[in-house]
Amino acid sequence: MTVIVEVDGLVKQFPGAAEPAVRGVSFAVMQGEVFSLLGPNGAGKTTTLSMLSCLLEPTAGDARIAGHSIRKEPQEVKRLLGVVPQDIALYPTLSARENLVFWGQMYGMGGAVLRQRVEEVLETVDLRDRAKERIEAYSGGMKRRINFAVGLLHRPQLVFMDEPTVGIDPQSRRNILDMVKLLNGQGMTVLYTTHYMEEAQELSHRIGIIDHGRMIAMGTLAELTRLVGEKDVVELKIAAEQSTPELLAALGQVTGVEKVTADDGAVRLLAADGNAALPEMITAANARGVRVTNVDIREPNLEAVFLHLTGRALRD
Amino acid sequence: MRKVFSIAWKDLIVTFRDRAALILMLAAPFALTLAMGFVTGRFSGSSGGISGVRDIPVVIVNQDEGELGAALESVLTSDGLADLLEPTTSSDLASARRLVEEDQVAAAVILPAGFSASILPQDSGGSAAQVVALEVYTSPGRPTTSAIVRSIVEGFVSQVETGRIGGQVAVTQLIMSGRLAVQEAPTAGMEIGARLAEDPARTELITLRSTTAAAAEAPRFDPLAYLAPGMAVLFLMYTVSLGGRSLLAEQRDGTLPRMLTTPTSTAQVLGGKLFGTYLTGLAQVGVLVLASALLFGINWGRPLDVLILILAIVAGATGWGTLLAAIAKTPTQVSSIGLALMLAFGILGGSFFGGVQLPLPMEILSKITPNAWGMDGFLSLALGGTLVDILPSIGGLLAMAVILFGVAVVLFRRRGLARA
Repeated sequence: MTVIVEVDGLVKQFPGAAEPAVRGVSFAVMQGEVFSLLGPNGAGKTTTLSMLSCLLEPTAGDARIAGHSIRKEPQEVKRLLGVVPQDIALYPTLSARENLVFWGQMYGMGGAVLRQRVEEVLETVDLRDRAKERIEAYSGGMKRRINFAVGLLHRPQLVFMDEPTVGIDPQSRRNILDMVKLLNGQGMTVLYTTHYMEEAQELSHRIGIIDHGRMIAMGTLAELTRLVGEKDVVELKIAAEQSTPELLAALGQVTGVEKVTADDGAVRLLAADGNAALPEMITAANARGVRVTNVDIREPNLEAVFLHLTGRALRD
Repeated sequence: MRKVFSIAWKDLIVTFRDRAALILMLAAPFALTLAMGFVTGRFSGSSGGISGVRDIPVVIVNQDEGELGAALESVLTSDGLADLLEPTTSSDLASARRLVEEDQVAAAVILPAGFSASILPQDSGGSAAQVVALEVYTSPGRPTTSAIVRSIVEGFVSQVETGRIGGQVAVTQLIMSGRLAVQEAPTAGMEIGARLAEDPARTELITLRSTTAAAAEAPRFDPLAYLAPGMAVLFLMYTVSLGGRSLLAEQRDGTLPRMLTTPTSTAQVLGGKLFGTYLTGLAQVGVLVLASALLFGINWGRPLDVLILILAIVAGATGWGTLLAAIAKTPTQVSSIGLALMLAFGILGGSFFGGVQLPLPMEILSKITPNAWGMDGFLSLALGGTLVDILPSIGGLLAMAVILFGVAVVLFRRRGLARA
């Protein structure tokens, strides 16, 4: 397979910030694959994508998109790319069609070709019958779909998608995930950022886990889960106010438990054998007057990987 | 260039679909013009609803014994201006000033001794004395009418200046073509000056404004011809600040960064935004001028001259809008500063109380506003002036635009458009 994105030691230090937002990130994306950057909010995913889309100048390092340096040939890079930003970047008082025509013009398109492409992407996102309506009249999910469509207008061979499903209803999310798979099936390479482990698992050929501006692990889902071995994630539901440091410390002492983290009334434990350790966990909780209302034992997944690598839950 | 037009056109559409913006851009200046028209009695006259300003009391103190003093006095007392002005003459400077201060007359036109001699060559040496300034002493209580008097006198001075410059150019051209030796220049200049002074055509040139008025009808001054441009330029400042605001709003809303991820250069994006602001301002002033001409019958002047003036005014104002966007950090800041600037410029530049004689420092300061230059130009055109008369206004506005754009571009470069 051909390498289409080659990132080499990208660093971004914002003026006045105590620490760099991105600290020497390197990875490669192969043509035709979906590569996800997975990490919590503030991990450096969007900053990395902004540098790759030539919006931010890297403090150090470089990247090549289809052989073009983002530092030396930004205009060439921009011609190759489609970008779907995290925020909905559309004009609310223009109709969906007017928005698409405008953005098509920004990609250098015009005339009959542009008109045809606008109709095609409207069809792709299933909004052709509402194309005359202003964006301000759209639901959040419909806006997301038009936001998505803009990035596809000029038939890019590579699309950057920055958390395209944030803040939308399950149906629209499903719609977008299906579109990503469809486009990838048609040969489009996708660099996808998300903090939803499920999305990364479902879409990606390979995943890079990013935290505090560093790439901490990279590989296929199978390769990544092997990092945690045969460990399980045990999630105990308790009352939020009972999630005390004392309880977490006690659970950490349970035989076979490696890591403990808690948020919003859920305690997550990484354990060698979840089933075996469960009775002792319940006993430890009950001994401190904590009532466990629900238990969930999961096979190793990306969340377990993140917990294993950082000691924190992905949503922390 | 296509992308610049695309961005500008998009901005124009977005602005004209914003109801709140439309109210402030078009409805507010129109309504204020209308309201002030009622206040000034513009709509309550008996002559078909257009009463105009008549019989402006003005006192002339002619201490000059030369031709120019006499010429100006004859202009002010001519039949052509008989309906507009009610002139009296006085030899007592102090009492004339007192009449103004007591608001018994709108203005005193003071022609100091030696005025003509300071302009026209008097001896074979050809050396001009230091120019003695004319003075128009105006009543602050009569801003509109005193502005009319001042405008008439300015028109006269402008014609005299034209004659002088014509003489200088003629001498220069003779020297450069080798037809005249440098040492002969003073004599030739004096002769040209004397000819200009004696030539009947030249006399007509000085009194051109009065002659024009007499040929048609008395140049009735319509107060709306001052109010309407005043309001148009005042609210133009709102429109250009809206343009500056849109740049920062696009940054906030993510559309500007998205534009910069497309193969569109920073210069194209900035150019498109500026051109969009310019087009919007142009459309706004154009609509106001057309609507007020059609609905109120305002005579703005010759259409081509008015158009050229509008192009220059919008350029100057857009310069301010661009600078605002370069200085401010958030759209809210642009709105706040823009509103303050709009009001300050409106007061300083004469949009509210046109023609008020400001103290000299304020008069100088007013030249930083598009309002002052614009009002001068509009008033001049409304009183029958031509493109030549408004050239200083156009020059001032274009210089303003160039300087402000330059400063804004430097500031944008420093902070980076992507992080604007």
